[in-house]
Amino acid sequence: MKPVLAVEDLTVTIDTRRGPARAVAGVDWAVRPGETLALVGESGSGKSMSVLAATGLAPRTARVSGRIHLLDTELTGLPEQRRRRLRGRHVGFVFQDPMTSLNPVLTVGRQVVEAAQEHLGLTRRAARSRAVELLDLVGIPSAGQRVDAYPHQFSGGMRQRVVIAMALACEPDLLIADEPTTALDVTTQAQIVELVADLQRRLGTAVVWITHDLGVVAGIADTVAVMYAGRILEQGPVDAVFGAPSHPYTRALLAARPDPAAGDADLVTIAGAPPSPLDLPPGCAFWPRCPVRGDARCEHEMPPLVPVSAGHQVRTFYPQATDRRD
Amino acid sequence: MARFVIRRLLQSAVVLLGVTLVVFLLLQLVPGDPVRVALGTRFDPQTYEALRARAGLDQPLVVQYFDYLRRALTGDLGVSFRSGRPVTAIVLERLPATLSLAVTAVLFAVVIAFPLGIVSAIRSGSLVDHAARVFSQFGVSVPDFWMGIMAILLFSGVLGWLPPSGYVALTEDPGRWASHVALPAATVGLVTASILTRFVRSSMLEVLSEDYVRTAEAKGLRTRVVVLRHVLRNALIPVVTVVAVQLASLLGGVIVIEVLFAWPGIGRLTYDAVAARDYPVLQGAVLLVAALFLLVNLVVDILYARLDPRITVK
Ligand SMILES: Nc1ncnc2c1ncn2[C@@H]1O[C@H](COP(=O)(O)OP(=O)(O)OP(=O)(O)O)[C@@H](O)[C@H]1O
Ligand SMILES: [Mg+2]
Repeated sequence: MKPVLAVEDLTVTIDTRRGPARAVAGVDWAVRPGETLALVGESGSGKSMSVLAATGLAPRTARVSGRIHLLDTELTGLPEQRRRRLRGRHVGFVFQDPMTSLNPVLTVGRQVVEAAQEHLGLTRRAARSRAVELLDLVGIPSAGQRVDAYPHQFSGGMRQRVVIAMALACEPDLLIADEPTTALDVTTQAQIVELVADLQRRLGTAVVWITHDLGVVAGIADTVAVMYAGRILEQGPVDAVFGAPSHPYTRALLAARPDPAAGDADLVTIAGAPPSPLDLPPGCAFWPRCPVRGDARCEHEMPPLVPVSAGHQVRTFYPQATDRRD
Repeated sequence: MARFVIRRLLQSAVVLLGVTLVVFLLLQLVPGDPVRVALGTRFDPQTYEALRARAGLDQPLVVQYFDYLRRALTGDLGVSFRSGRPVTAIVLERLPATLSLAVTAVLFAVVIAFPLGIVSAIRSGSLVDHAARVFSQFGVSVPDFWMGIMAILLFSGVLGWLPPSGYVALTEDPGRWASHVALPAATVGLVTASILTRFVRSSMLEVLSEDYVRTAEAKGLRTRVVVLRHVLRNALIPVVTVVAVQLASLLGGVIVIEVLFAWPGIGRLTYDAVAARDYPVLQGAVLLVAALFLLVNLVVDILYARLDPRITVK
């Protein structure tokens, strides 16, 4: 099946006061209809920037290169006007913090259908009933009344439902969720994950889900891409990547995951910090922290992404090596 | 909303009462005998005593104050020491000139500052932005009387488009009113505009970095819609206060400009009343300015509630 959104060699360089920062450094991924792609990785690894750049939402100071296909259209080089229309019509966004991602002075109903009015030309009357329908769809009780309420009259979890309703207004082909549960309490997190999974099943929407929560990835994603310092270090079907993690970084991430069954005894954290995007090393960016500790080649030469099994790729010179524990 | 307005009006009445008391007491502290000053060279003991008695100045302070209040409630603010005319009439006849100047100046400022502030925020770092910054720097650092003089020299002297000074009532002749108000309003308005431009710009910039603006952009809305519907409405909330403060301060009078343009406003009246120790007029003028101030405040509070649904008027 053809991907809904595919990026090839996506690179994002942000001009900062201290020089150009390479936030995303040549990334390839694709998400197919009905599928979920999870992007994982430490803070600052370029997860958000890659999806923002792919949809034309990168900051003005960012330079984006590479190829971006949305459905049948190549987005790079397209005038902003056309990109804007495609984005609004075919891609829905759910951002991290529902307390700040809704406009405080507009009713939720208005915000929920705004995109549909813009792109599908709904009349005022139709827009209102569509708003109620959408709020109902995401499980907001008595949607008919709540449609005229303002964001501050909703709890965090309910607001995130509103944001999801908003993202679905045009029945998009793709939903991009950037850490949609991070700002919520644990029970609400589970509800939101369940809601998105359920909507995806019913509407057949493709999803790009950015998260730190590997448990969620295992639960809902079809494919996963592990990012580090702007690059993908390992990607492939979730079962393959989680079942046979081939990059030391992936293994470290999986090990760092608190496992309730094992207790805290085995909790491993990765020592050190990722390099600054202002000053990326020529070789593997993970090398200074790598438990395998390869040779000078790792330090000076960028390892290529190599296949380890069907659709499963890893960026390392030593895919078979085991970690040293010392 | 109606209950909110009524409550605020009652509060305002209490504040006004306080204002009368403070002004009354302050005037007692000012050295110098107003009646003596008013009489000047015509002074003789009999006239002096008669005038004091007529103004009630021979009574104890408390009696004087309650007398003043009682009459003020019926709209009688006493008579001018100077001209002997009723203060209420003197003060009210200055109101149209003051309102003309203040409102026109603020409108002028808003018409310049809003587009300029908005564009320089959206295109921050652009030529327009730099031009706007130079403009507001100029506006706040150049003295208004100097700008007024330059404006008179250029538009009245060199070009001969506008009269150099004077006031014509709007009700009398709208065209001549406009030509007379243009120069003083533009002079005052330019200063206000430069202050306002900065506020609009910084408020817009702050809102532009909000998450919900990114949400709006993610929806694929046109830039115009994002700016007007999502950014501007939020950015306006703090700006409303600044506009109100500016308007209120102009309603209090702009003495230098009023003198320069021979503008018969409240500022000029207050100034003359102080110079002449015409206390009844001074009290009346202060009372009127305080009332206008409170009115502006009330309107701002109502506007606030309209702009920001998080504020509930109760
Ligand atoms: N507006 C910006 N200006 C300069 N640098 C930026 C900007 N936005 C992001 N960056 C940099 O780009 C890099 C990638 O950031 P990004 O937000 O994509 O990380 P992330 O993987 O989403 O992290 P997180 O998990 O914290 O959301 C980071 O190093 C960040 O410092
Ligand atoms: Mg992020």
